[in-house]
Amino acid sequence: MTHHEPTHRWIVAPQTARFTEPLVLQSGAVLNGYELVYETYGQLNASRSNAVLICHALSGNHHVAGYHGEQEKKPGWWDNMIGPGKPIDTERFFVIGLNNLGGCHGSTGPSSINPDTGKPFGADFPLVTVEDWVTAQARLAEHLGVERFAAVVGGSLGGMQALQWSIQYPDWLDHCLVIAAAPKLTAQNIAFNDVARQAILTDPDFNGGQYYGGPGPRRGLRLARMLGHITYLSDDVMGSKFGRALKSGSYQFGYEVEFEIESYLRYQGDKFAESFDANTYLLMTKALDYFDPAQDMGGGLAEALRPAQADFLVVAFTTDWRFAPERSREIVEALLHNKRNVSYAEITHGHGHDAFLMVDPYYHGVVRAYMEKIKP
Amino acid sequence: MTGNGIARKDYALIGQWIAPGSRVLDLGCGDGELLRELMNTRQVTGYGVEIDDASILACVQKGVNVIQGDLEQGLSGFEDNAFDYVILSRTLQTMRHTEGILKEMLRVGRQGIVTFPNFGYWKNRVQVWQGRMPRSADMPYQWYDTPNIHLCTVRDFEDLCAQHDLEILERAVLTHGRPVTLLPNLLGSLAVFRFEHRR
Repeated sequence: MTHHEPTHRWIVAPQTARFTEPLVLQSGAVLNGYELVYETYGQLNASRSNAVLICHALSGNHHVAGYHGEQEKKPGWWDNMIGPGKPIDTERFFVIGLNNLGGCHGSTGPSSINPDTGKPFGADFPLVTVEDWVTAQARLAEHLGVERFAAVVGGSLGGMQALQWSIQYPDWLDHCLVIAAAPKLTAQNIAFNDVARQAILTDPDFNGGQYYGGPGPRRGLRLARMLGHITYLSDDVMGSKFGRALKSGSYQFGYEVEFEIESYLRYQGDKFAESFDANTYLLMTKALDYFDPAQDMGGGLAEALRPAQADFLVVAFTTDWRFAPERSREIVEALLHNKRNVSYAEITHGHGHDAFLMVDPYYHGVVRAYMEKIKP
Repeated sequence: MTGNGIARKDYALIGQWIAPGSRVLDLGCGDGELLRELMNTRQVTGYGVEIDDASILACVQKGVNVIQGDLEQGLSGFEDNAFDYVILSRTLQTMRHTEGILKEMLRVGRQGIVTFPNFGYWKNRVQVWQGRMPRSADMPYQWYDTPNIHLCTVRDFEDLCAQHDLEILERAVLTHGRPVTLLPNLLGSLAVFRFEHRR
């Protein structure tokens, strides 16, 4: 290379939609009004048939792709998947990313002002479920003039939302991409979530959830994230990335950071605790725990998916032990039972659950091929 | 087997055997060529099962439903009698659990269709006679790199069907893509069978 091409950053900007029609939540609680912050990429075509909804996972948000400006260090969380010429090609599709209700990146959530009290909701913000998120997403779609999605796409907790879409609004989506997801959490998964919640709830700075303006339960949130992070990686990748490597080369016989893995986890925990709201973390983990469409329908998963009309792509990763391939295969089997069009790819990948956010030629190749077959 | 003209002949044959609008499961479906053809010409709905990444990708590119999995693990993800036909094309001879997969085929499907290279084909016999493991268009591998571990002849397969109480509904034996009726176990290179449980 004799010269460097100037880097053209793809600059995107978030927008906010305000909803005044009350939203009755699954818990029975009512949100009288709320805001959803979202980003869009690409153009909605004349027949409004090329919209793609991206559902985010636990720590994700509306900033899916591109940069917010020249200064932003990292692009949106799924920038390797979504953009011009990328597997989900914004030159063909009108892609929508939003921050879910209860989030902490602009949509109405625990840190928003409760109009009834004039103070932040805090722990008074009602628990929302995957079903509630999907309902709110459908309202956002209406707001944007989208009556039908070419595809609804999500990984992890986002995959659960995509699956829920196919059940809750079967006529609204042609394709459903369920990546590194599960039809429900296992007891082990709920257990991890509860330890994370206990870390937050027992932090002396939690203050019953009304901690805004104070330091907040940073220690708890940090621990919760550290624990979560362990479960998102595989034993193998931790071993190969960190092994037993020491920061200073020898044991210090103390409790300061010694092993590289400790340093990494603490860094991840600190970074997360600075940018995320503990009340949102609590709420999101509960939404994960509650998700169980089979139980909601009073039968098996096949029964729950009976209304689904979409074609499906289900993707799992071999070393993902938090949302193991077996869980994805349960989804596939339920779809086969219902004679739905479905393809299933099991990606051999060493990184565990987080692999769904990484670049892998086979994984991205399958998503690209699947999206290319969609003719909006 | 993409673009293999000979392979396409057995695809055409299978296509003739399959009732329009059927539900089809293609085990070891490769790049999805057969399913795509059956979708186009016989309006079938169906799924392929494949283990190989590149083949899965090729299927998705063709818009063919494909499930990534290992046939040696059985077909536990598929329910009883979910399909009209279960196809095992040029794969039987590569399987460890030959009897197991035949049983599974007729558990999830009403009828099975298998194709395999006929080891009894005279050119194979000549090569063995000459002291060599045979190689041919239908068995293009060296002995040391072949995936074929359970090669059989037309007669061997018929014996196996009899042992397992399988009724052969149709049989075709092809050489260079053309049907062979005279001495098929000697003159046929590729065997195609359709079978079901004896009622």
